Amino acid sequence: MQIKVLGSGCANCKTLERRTLEAVQELNIQASVEKVEDYQKIASYGIMRTPGLVIDEKVAISGVVPTVEKIKELLLSHQSA
Amino acid sequence: MKEIFAKHPLGAAIALLPVWIFLYLILQHIADGLVALSGLMQGERFTEALRFFIFEVPKVLLLLTLIVFIVGIIRSYFSPERTRKMLGGKKLFAGNVLASLLGVVTPFCSCSAIPLFLGFVESGIPLGVTFSFLIAAPMINEVALVLLFGLFGWQTALLYMSTGLIIAMVSGYIIGILKLEKHVEPWVYEVKAGHLEMGEDKIQFAQRISAGVDAVREIVSKVWIYIVIGIAVGAGIHGYVPENFMAGIMGKGAWWSVPVAVLIGVPMYSNAAGIIPVVQALLEKGASLGTVLAFMMSVIGLSLPETIILRKVLKLRLIFIFVGIVATGIIIVGYIFNAVY
Repeated sequence: MQIKVLGSGCANCKTLERRTLEAVQELNIQASVEKVEDYQKIASYGIMRTPGLVIDEKVAISGVVPTVEKIKELLLSHQSA
Repeated sequence: MKEIFAKHPLGAAIALLPVWIFLYLILQHIADGLVALSGLMQGERFTEALRFFIFEVPKVLLLLTLIVFIVGIIRSYFSPERTRKMLGGKKLFAGNVLASLLGVVTPFCSCSAIPLFLGFVESGIPLGVTFSFLIAAPMINEVALVLLFGLFGWQTALLYMSTGLIIAMVSGYIIGILKLEKHVEPWVYEVKAGHLEMGEDKIQFAQRISAGVDAVREIVSKVWIYIVIGIAVGAGIHGYVPENFMAGIMGKGAWWSVPVAVLIGVPMYSNAAGIIPVVQALLEKGASLGTVLAFMMSVIGLSLPETIILRKVLKLRLIFIFVGIVATGIIIVGYIFNAVY
């Protein structure tokens, strides 16, 4: 699974990155987590609110920082889909 | 508490409302009771400062919780994506009016200013309309309105909101007719933004309540400390600074006070929570309403971090024009209020 955290380095974006890493670790799944800070790339996903979470090139979340539990749910539902 | 809200959000919200009202109504008595119990002399400076503090802090926090909750629910009906759709194809002025109003209700954080700007410009929304949104969104926020309502009364809150809206509309309109598109960084126009279709209409009301709870958790946990500090400083001024102390510096008589307040306010960055209690105390000591209003607007609405962020998409000249127009608007509002009140 390829996960991207979109955001330019604000506090929320860092929190999302940390929680995503935590969720991946707790679920013990194979996934790469990449931080995307370039505005052009962020805009190319069509989001207008950071932070954004992209799972396998699909926008899962924008503009909110979900809990670790919620991120786990998202990752699991993506995995089974 | 968390679990109850997760399972029965609507029920929990309805059940908590009477508790909220009860607490709000008995606050003054609790504060007076505590002051009486402390055995301090009534009417003494320290006693009055203390009374002010133990009454205002819980009052503002209660108000904040309720309003942030309601605004959280309202905002779940709006998203930047939907706002962009609503603004598409709108002509100048009508577009500026709508963008300013949407700026108040659309969820916005200054760290998202760039993606939002790109998304707007890319979909063909005029520059001036985009600016109306970007001016209104940070300036008129729920935290500022709650504090104004709690400490100054509803008239001042309404005044702040309506004048803020007018500044956003007119400034955006002026930026629009000046045709400044060439002062936007060229790469902005090359962005190919993807279009996101998220099923936002399928949200149930229970989920909107949860959105309100989330907003309370996020915002209140972030700003409560500024409110406590701000009110503590305010209480100090309230108790110790002599009456009319500010009249000479920030009073009506000092014509230069409005522009100076704005000049000091623009580079200052504080969230509304910290600045408003201090400003309220200054007003009590003879500062005039227009000067105080202008100061608040420039601190909250024009911030250095946001302009630095915007520099990524705007050339320096456009930044200066933007700050200049908004600051001028704020100064005019300040003078009008000093003249009327």
